[in-house]
Amino acid sequence: MSIHLILFLFFGVAAVAGAVNLLAQSHPINSALSLIAVMAALAGEFLLLGAEFVAAIQVIVYAGAIMVLFVFVIMLLNAGVEERTKGSKVAIMFGIPGMLIGSVLVAWAVLHSYGNQQVFASVLEGTPSKIAMLLFHEFLLPFEVTSILILIAIMGAVVLASKPHAVQKRKEH
Amino acid sequence: MVPLSYYLVLSAILFACGVTGFLIKRNIITIFMSIELMLNGVNLSFVAFAAQWHALSGQVFVFFVMVVAAAEAAVGLAVIIAIYRARETLNVDQVNLLKL
Repeated sequence: MSIHLILFLFFGVAAVAGAVNLLAQSHPINSALSLIAVMAALAGEFLLLGAEFVAAIQVIVYAGAIMVLFVFVIMLLNAGVEERTKGSKVAIMFGIPGMLIGSVLVAWAVLHSYGNQQVFASVLEGTPSKIAMLLFHEFLLPFEVTSILILIAIMGAVVLASKPHAVQKRKEH
Repeated sequence: MVPLSYYLVLSAILFACGVTGFLIKRNIITIFMSIELMLNGVNLSFVAFAAQWHALSGQVFVFFVMVVAAAEAAVGLAVIIAIYRARETLNVDQVNLLKL
């Protein structure tokens, strides 16, 4: 067993354990913390695949910025333990077997068709300079469009999250 | 060396966990976190295929997926705050009417 495979298994098991824990926990803050664990483990997988830049922004943007937003909202709304209802029991009854069947089918199909192809470690180096060359030449237009998307998202979030009477006051002015 | 199929299977398992969370969870914030989990699973297969075919554009696409996820998180969480203000609950079973 190569060191690459051992590291892959380590991060993979950590990611799957975090994902299962996300499902098992009933308090949203515990789910959020296990999602952070999944994202950190996935950053390790990205490093194994030679994607340095993606691993860095995975930690900074996903595990950092987005999850902080989640934790803030959970604390702001004082979210408690979720209640079990009749609907959720039915969903568990159909959801978990469905997930198992689905993932076994996909795993079987993937192993069947890609069984012998190997991924070589660090052959492809996703360093920031190489990503930037692509991003600012080939993908310049999509990159600029995402800046507009982010601007719209910021304005939408401010409008949606501001208090209703605050919006009213702005209209009166 | 790790076969490409292992990465794809891991990505499929994470995606399936995300779908299951989306189906079985009743808290709207946890449902939202399951969507993020699905996006992460897809990102892993993007990076794995990029390494397989020596195409860096796969990693650039992961960057775009992350941008969209960030925008989605910002707007979605604002919507959740608005829902909580209007109904004082986060349980999706109780949010079943468009109009109050």
